[in-house]
Amino acid sequence: MEPIIHIENVHKYFGKVHALRGVSLDIQKGEVVVIIGPSGSGKSTLLRCINRLEEFDKGRIIVDGIPLDSAENINAVRTEVGMVFQQFNLFPHLSVLENITLAQKIVRKRSESEAVRIAMNLLEKVGIPEKAHAYPAQLSGGQQQRVAIARALAMNPKIMLFDEPTSALDPEMIQEVLDVMLQLAREGMTMVVVSHEMGFSRNAADRVIFMDGGVIVEEGPPSVIFTNPTQERTKLFLSKVM
Amino acid sequence: MSTSTPAEVDPHLPTIRGNENVFRWDAGWLLVLAASALLAILVLVVGNPFDRIFRFVLDGLRVTVTVTLVTFGLVLVVGIFGALGRLSTAIPLRGIATLYVEVVRGIPLLVQLYFWYYAFPSIVRDLGARWNIESMKNFVANPYVMAIAGLTLCYGAYMTEVYRAGIQSIPKGQMEAARSLGMTYVQAMRYIILPQAIRVILPPVGNEFITLLKDSSLVSAVAVADLTRRGREFQAITPLPLHIYLMIGLMYLIMTLLSARVVAMIEARMSKER
Repeated sequence: MEPIIHIENVHKYFGKVHALRGVSLDIQKGEVVVIIGPSGSGKSTLLRCINRLEEFDKGRIIVDGIPLDSAENINAVRTEVGMVFQQFNLFPHLSVLENITLAQKIVRKRSESEAVRIAMNLLEKVGIPEKAHAYPAQLSGGQQQRVAIARALAMNPKIMLFDEPTSALDPEMIQEVLDVMLQLAREGMTMVVVSHEMGFSRNAADRVIFMDGGVIVEEGPPSVIFTNPTQERTKLFLSKVM
Repeated sequence: MSTSTPAEVDPHLPTIRGNENVFRWDAGWLLVLAASALLAILVLVVGNPFDRIFRFVLDGLRVTVTVTLVTFGLVLVVGIFGALGRLSTAIPLRGIATLYVEVVRGIPLLVQLYFWYYAFPSIVRDLGARWNIESMKNFVANPYVMAIAGLTLCYGAYMTEVYRAGIQSIPKGQMEAARSLGMTYVQAMRYIILPQAIRVILPPVGNEFITLLKDSSLVSAVAVADLTRRGREFQAITPLPLHIYLMIGLMYLIMTLLSARVVAMIEARMSKER
């Protein structure tokens, strides 16, 4: 089967820093892939290359059959790929409802009523329909992140990218966000998640990828990676975070 | 998880876009009132020569207000393009915008106004003679057009920097979130970045307006019959410098104080809208 994300020998430099050193990775439709690794390992950079928030210097990325090369292609890909950020990045000057409807209206060209209907359904799904008319600053971190997930889902993406979605949250709010992600995974969404939430990985991930120094060191099902890693670097890292 | 229906709005939320009165009686308004009262007393009670001066310079006041408002409207537009140029990733665009800002900021406004009124038309006439184009050979500058052009170019550079700082104060994640939802750069600017930047830049933009109002008096040096020039003209007929410049200064003061109050009211309204 043709992979929905095809990453081939991707290199990325930040000035002199060689952040990605030839990463290749295929992700199948419906697969949930969790990327772990120490900070500076290139995991967030790789994720951000998939929707071209970060330009790569060498290699190829093909998303849902569209190569990430031209400007038009990038916008086409971005509407198919939802992104959830560590810092939520909700639009503070817009209400929760407006956060979710704006891109539907101006990018997907949906009518106001249709956009609102979809937004309210998604707010139900993430469990905070009563906050539709609140502003982001009036929500807790966990609520903001759930709105951010709803905002991304409203575009009907085929792929969802999560960049450390729970790292900025207070401990008691992490589970409410993970629950939403878990539900998405069960519904068959293709997901690429940068996260050290081992519980989520064990329950939802089809594959765990360990990155270090800009390369993929080891990959496999969570049961294998977490209990019987073959590489020394993986063992060392896991001993520190678990 | 919540059990309430979507139609229900959390009752604990404060009202967002309330239409509360943003007018507040404060020391600023007291100053406006005091300055206006002083003007009224001088013109209506003391009378001669203040009433004569006032009537004489009144059309100059209209010119000052018109030049300031027209220039400011243009400056707001020039500033957007300047700032987008300064922030552009295209090096030629960024270079042009940076050159514009650096050159204009380094030359006194009065010299720039002289350039547009005296030097620019002579360049046009010289070129007209060289290329033998009749309309260019006889080019005569309209002082109002040249004055507004000169003020606009100068203040456009300052406004460029105000806008740029405002846009840059918005976290990078906002643009990233907008772009990752499939918005184009222009859509992200229009719907996400600029609406947030406006709140940040409102105070410095208000300052620019007040400075422009005062600096507009420099156009009196390039044949524009503004408030300052009308004062000088009155003095040429009736040498009463103390009375004249007391009046003129008072009239500028009332306008700047009033502008500061209006800016404060807009700011208060914006912060209410969050």
